[in-house]
Parts: sequence; structure tokens; C-alpha cells
Amino acid sequence: MNTKIYSRIIGTGGYLPEKILTNADLEKMVDTNDEWIRERTGIQQRHIAAEGQTTCDLAEQATLKALEMSGIDVSTIDLIIVATTTPDKIFPSTACLLQARLNIHGCPAFDVQAVCSGFVYGLSVADQFIKTGMSKRALVVGAETLSRITDWSDRNTCVLFGDGAGAVILEASAHEGILSTHIHADGQYEELLHVPSGPSKLPQTDSVAERSMQMKGNEVFKMAVNTLSRIASETLDANGMQKEDIDWLVPHQANLRIIKGTAKKLKLTDDQTVITVHKHANTSSASIPLALDEAIRDGRIQRDQLLLLEAFGGGFTWGSALIRY
Amino acid sequence: MSDIEERVKKIVVEQLGVEENQVTADASFVDDLGADSLDTVELVMALEEEFDCEIPDEEAENISTLAQATAYVEANL
Repeated sequence: MNTKIYSRIIGTGGYLPEKILTNADLEKMVDTNDEWIRERTGIQQRHIAAEGQTTCDLAEQATLKALEMSGIDVSTIDLIIVATTTPDKIFPSTACLLQARLNIHGCPAFDVQAVCSGFVYGLSVADQFIKTGMSKRALVVGAETLSRITDWSDRNTCVLFGDGAGAVILEASAHEGILSTHIHADGQYEELLHVPSGPSKLPQTDSVAERSMQMKGNEVFKMAVNTLSRIASETLDANGMQKEDIDWLVPHQANLRIIKGTAKKLKLTDDQTVITVHKHANTSSASIPLALDEAIRDGRIQRDQLLLLEAFGGGFTWGSALIRY
Repeated sequence: MSDIEERVKKIVVEQLGVEENQVTADASFVDDLGADSLDTVELVMALEEEFDCEIPDEEAENISTLAQATAYVEANL
């Protein structure tokens, strides 16, 4: 009889650029204030990549920490997925650049673009590769330098985002790991959260706004809370589990009020929710692996606990993963 | 006060964290009761849940007092 194969997390790592931009710093840049930002978002500060520091630089640092925790030889990695919206170059993919930095050769490496849901998408793809036997050890990274696509003169958006990277190494195991992943998209909401131009849809003006993130905050907020609560139910139902079975909610860190709204619907307390948004702001695809890494390293998350990861982002895309750590 | 108005009022009190006597029929959620833009979104979501209905964004923009919220629910329930 064949044993069921699971993807099990054997290492995590996170990296945040040194430079910290506080709300007080932002008060000097745009017409905003600390109290306004905190009340609406819970954000107190964000990390910003140094001049010349790229998404791949952040991804590499996070990966090295995950490798160190796992204790494996880097050459045994046979799949690299990088979730990012802010790749170093149009091509090659950031995953290929990362592969070169790690000095490994030959294994498949590609980027996944699902904005804030990117890490969950990447995790889901890697899980399929592992469950089918295509891969034995997969590196999944969420890495972003959102500061590069932020309009620093737009007070509605520039307070929300930060830079960072998180990495997870998955290994094929007979021991329980990822129990299920659920990913979705609905492209009809394109313009509620987007960058209006890109490599093919060229900017029509010199305006920075056309090259930066634009968001209709209230609409996104409402969709996010409703969708996240729905996907939590979908995930638990698929596994025949109840809200009470969840030990930790590890949500995408966009806004403290979205996180608390979701946790409340799941009847989870603040003590069962990993929150980093106050320190990191929204780092898009990096936020979940950064939060996961922090809570694993400080001992909050313990082996065999049940984790619910969930994300919502531009597209719209959304997704979840239920994991026995 | 109608049953619907009572239920709407209870939600306003809970969502905005204000006293019941502050929530008069025409007190503005934003100007009089201190709601910010996300509070008003959360309030509309709570109304949708309570009355099991969907309030379109363009309608939600016109709901800024207890009287308006009650009238909307009564007309669309």
C-alpha cells in the first residue's frame, strides 16, 4: 500500500531591510499623521530596501536562514518558486536569479504572480509537485520591494506598504504537513487594486501614479473581510474540521482591522493570531512567510499544531492553506 | 421605534462604540459619532449580516444616519 505523501515544512526564514520608516517619518513626507495611520491600519512602521537592494537580495537572505534552520544541503532542493509582484527584472524570473545565487543548477525555477496571495499560490503549486512525486524538496519564497511601485506622494497608499522576504522549505514526508490548499481568482475586479501600467501596457503619461499601486480602499476592505471569512469555512469544511481545531491563524498582513475582523469570525483570540502588520506593514507575498517564521522562531507555533494561512490580494486573488506544522 | 430601527441602532452602538442616547435618528455617523471611512464600511457589513441582504456600494454611500439606514433596510428587506 502506498503511503500518502505530504509537504512538510522543515525550515523557515525571514529578512527585512535595515532601514525603518516610521509613521513620524511619513508625517514629514505627506499630509498624514501617526494616529490616523494606526487607527485605520494598525501600522506603526515599515522596512524599506536600501538603494540598489533588490527583491532577489531579500529573497536570498530569507532563503539562507530557512536553509540554516532546515539543516539540509542546498543542492538537494529540486524546485524553486518565488512569489513576487516586484521582480528584479522583466526576465529572467527572480526564481532563476535566486537559483544562481544559491549556486544550484538544473532544478525548475519560476515566479508566481498573484500579488498578496502569491505565497499561498506558490505553496499550493509546490504542494502539488510534492504530492505527485515531481519534487522532494521545494523552496517557496515570498519577496517584495513594494517601495519601488509606491507613489510616495499619495498619502492614501504610501503609508500601507513595506519591503521584505520570507522563505519556506518543504519536504516530501509520510508525516502530516500541508493538509489542503485552496486558491481562487476573479479578474473582474482588476481596477480596484492595481498598477495601471506595465512592460506591455506602457504608461501614457509621465505621472508616477500610473506606475504605482492604486487602490480603492473601502471596496477592497469589504471584499477582503467577506472573502477571507468564506475561504476559512471552505478550508475547514474540506478537511472536516471546526473553527475550534485551529491553533494559529497566520493571515496576510494588510490591515489590522481586516485581520481582527477575520479572527473574530473564526472565534480566534488575538493570542491565536500571528500579527506583524504593526512592524512590517503590508509586504504583499512576503507577509505570510515572514509572520510564520517569526512565530516559529519565537516558539509560539509548535510542531503538530494546526495552522490556517490565508490571503487576499490584487486580481482579485485569494487563497488558504491548512497545515499541520 | 420600530423593531428594525431597534436592531439597526443596536448595530450602530456596537460598531461605533458609542452610547445608545447618542444615536439619534439624524446624528451623522461620521460628523457626530466619530466614525472613520472603515467604520462606515464595517457598519454596512454588519447590517448586511444582520438583515441577510447585500447593500451595493453606491447605496451604502447614502447611508450616513440611523434614519437613512433604517429606511434602506425597510425598503429593501
